[in-house]
Amino acid sequence: MTGGALVGGSVRVWVAIVLIGVTTYGFRLSFIHLFGRIDEVPDGVERPLRYVPPAVLAALVFPYLISIEPTVAATLADERLIAGVAAGVVAWRTENVFATITVGMAALWLFRFVVFA
Amino acid sequence: MDGLPLDPDTRAGVRDVSPLLLGIVPFGLVAGIAAVDAGLGLAEAVGLSVIVFAGASQLAAIELLAQNAPLAVVIGTAVVINVRMVMYSASIAPYLAEYGRRFRAGLAYLLTDQAYALSVAEYERTPDRTRWRYYLGAAATLWVVWQITTVVGFVIGAGVPDAWGLTFAVPLVFLALLVPAMKDRPTVLAAVVGGAVAVAAAGLPMNLGLLTGAVSGIVAGLATEVIGG
Repeated sequence: MTGGALVGGSVRVWVAIVLIGVTTYGFRLSFIHLFGRIDEVPDGVERPLRYVPPAVLAALVFPYLISIEPTVAATLADERLIAGVAAGVVAWRTENVFATITVGMAALWLFRFVVFA
Repeated sequence: MDGLPLDPDTRAGVRDVSPLLLGIVPFGLVAGIAAVDAGLGLAEAVGLSVIVFAGASQLAAIELLAQNAPLAVVIGTAVVINVRMVMYSASIAPYLAEYGRRFRAGLAYLLTDQAYALSVAEYERTPDRTRWRYYLGAAATLWVVWQITTVVGFVIGAGVPDAWGLTFAVPLVFLALLVPAMKDRPTVLAAVVGGAVAVAAAGLPMNLGLLTGAVSGIVAGLATEVIGG
């Protein structure tokens, strides 16, 4: 992510906020509202929903940590990937958000400011 | 907490959600940091946290807005991330069915991963709880902490140099959520395919990489389930 002015400015941001908010509220309200008329999620809806969290989260994480470079060595020698692997191990062993962030940031800074500096 | 003028059911909700705040506080801080880093104003950052109130989708939307992705892609990506709420809504609906329609509509606004998981588990464990009070104790606590940490994160993010790479905490939060979501073979495959496709598709026009990766991962999970069973 890079800072700077957003194209389309504030209106664009507010349109996004409101439309995402309204849709998300619709999801939250859906069955709480409809209960009595529809009591269960149809199987064809429930099964794909089970895979939304792992698929979406991985699609969010991986591109942050990995950028494909011309050589394998250059792809691997990336502080973000190294820090991500370290944090991934901590996430796996502790399932603790705070510990994961702490180790990941420490590893990023170690490699950015010391090892690769 | 004992000093709060709350009934025992609400207090139980506040008490049970407290350990989870250890994960919510850094997540909320990151939501604020990411917003200021992307060039959003404080009103927009708070607007996101109040109107959307769903962390992962907020972070994805912020990133895509910062990259000037088309609005349809920003919204489509956030919607895919939040569609899981339908599952929670269906699961908690029978427990809230006794309440009035308008009251339920209010309760629904506060529905989150954590409030859902805590409440449904507690309703099974302690059937004589006043359900809405317990739910509100957990869900409203999360809401308040989320708003405060968004603002604090925004202020911190504005004061720290870009070179520190504070927004690297964004993928770290996702990573901490991703690992427990990989529970069995189909969910692991959904993650591996979703992640790999998102990396390969990172150069797609209109920032469609995330959406393409997510949809590929969901399809991979379903396919594994069908083949495996």
